Amino acid sequence: MSSSNDSIKKTIIVAFALCLVCSIFVAAAAVGLKPIQNTNKDLDRKRNILSAAGMLEPGKSVDEIFDTVETRIVNLQTGAFASDAEIEEAGINPATYDQTAASKDPQLSVALSGENDPASIKRRVNYSSVYLVKSPEGEIDRIILPVHGYGLWSTMYGFMALKNDYNTVIGFGFYAQGETPGLGGEVDNPNWKALWNGKEVYNDNGQAVLRLAKGGVDSSDPEAIHKVDGLSGATLTSRGVTNLVQYWLGKEGFSPFLAQLRSEGAQ
Amino acid sequence: MSNVKNVLFGPILANNPIALQILGICSALAVTSSLKVSLVMAIALTLVTAFSGFFIAIIRNHIPNSIRIIVQMIIIASLVIVVDQILKAFAFEISKQLSVFVGLIITNCIVMGRAEAFAMKNGPVMSFIDGIGNGLGYSAMLLIVAFFRELLGAGKLFGVEIFATIQNGGWYQPNGLMLLPPSAFFVIGLVIWALRSYKKEQVEAPEFKIAANSRSQEAL
Repeated sequence: MSSSNDSIKKTIIVAFALCLVCSIFVAAAAVGLKPIQNTNKDLDRKRNILSAAGMLEPGKSVDEIFDTVETRIVNLQTGAFASDAEIEEAGINPATYDQTAASKDPQLSVALSGENDPASIKRRVNYSSVYLVKSPEGEIDRIILPVHGYGLWSTMYGFMALKNDYNTVIGFGFYAQGETPGLGGEVDNPNWKALWNGKEVYNDNGQAVLRLAKGGVDSSDPEAIHKVDGLSGATLTSRGVTNLVQYWLGKEGFSPFLAQLRSEGAQ
Repeated sequence: MSNVKNVLFGPILANNPIALQILGICSALAVTSSLKVSLVMAIALTLVTAFSGFFIAIIRNHIPNSIRIIVQMIIIASLVIVVDQILKAFAFEISKQLSVFVGLIITNCIVMGRAEAFAMKNGPVMSFIDGIGNGLGYSAMLLIVAFFRELLGAGKLFGVEIFATIQNGGWYQPNGLMLLPPSAFFVIGLVIWALRSYKKEQVEAPEFKIAANSRSQEAL
């Protein structure tokens, strides 16, 4: 290497030119691919929602099926659908509302602590998306609720789909989790997820009691309808799943909203 | 011609970056729990090593000595970001699984090592071939490790069930350890053992001689 390379002038010129070229290169890739990436993200979210509800069909595109799903925003404090004015005030676009980001925003969420936070989520959003699947007559056929909570290592994000009695589970699954592979990671096992189908969330007093049972469920148990087999070797992950299900479907979560829907349906 | 062959295929067995130089272990531990993810990681790393070698070799005569490591880093980092963006756009599922590890290619010792050791001294084409060669060496190791980890840990290969596991009503009790990162240490260790038994010249001279065991009488 010649000594002229090491002059201050040359050093600065090389550094500057290189940074310029590289930044153009990187910026072009990032900007140019952004639309495709956003489509992917969107598609991934839709696929997760549909797979929780058991609505994915081979041969049909995700977008096509998702057209039958209506996205609504629920005010978790009042337990009612958020009015247009409320949505506007909170600055939410229902189609792109990012609940994970909103749960970090003090304007859009409330802090939870200690006893109020069984699912260890630290903050709960004020507004949550829900997904309604309607029959051709315009009645709600099933509803899909986003849930999340802490397991052993990670916050697990998932969706729970309920039948239009707002009590019977028809699908449940996580789309993001970092639990121990082979043990807690079995929350992704399709055979285990299938066990949720047909279970009931609420007991006669309207409390969310659906839970994982250690050592499996005895079918002669009168409570069996509210119990799902726990994951063997993953006590803490199982506890996390129970906590997050009971939290999100309980009084602090969707219970008031579901109660309202139920009474409307009865009329 | 034999030189090209040597540069391209040498790193697979004779001079494997993981097995002989013990570089790039970190990502070999992290991403090898399934073959599919390992394959994508291997391709990504091979491309980054090859192209970073290529670009660095082009401007090697203009790189001031005082900032050469920074210059190499900038080129490598830019390439990694581009690879990451491409994966996010065209292989979204896999990019979710690889998550942070694509970004960590920047700190992969193999890429830096080849840039500093080879691309600074050789022409662009040879540097490109050298990058591919070392990428292949890394890929070979990654795929071997992933093969054992996925087969024994989950009873699958490329996500296709080979051994029916007990969870799914079969006979195979998966070895959970194989799905955790430390198991890659064991597999890599065994592969290095096998490789050095086959190619004796790779065995390093011991730094210390281990003394013969003391006999029980002497110990008393």
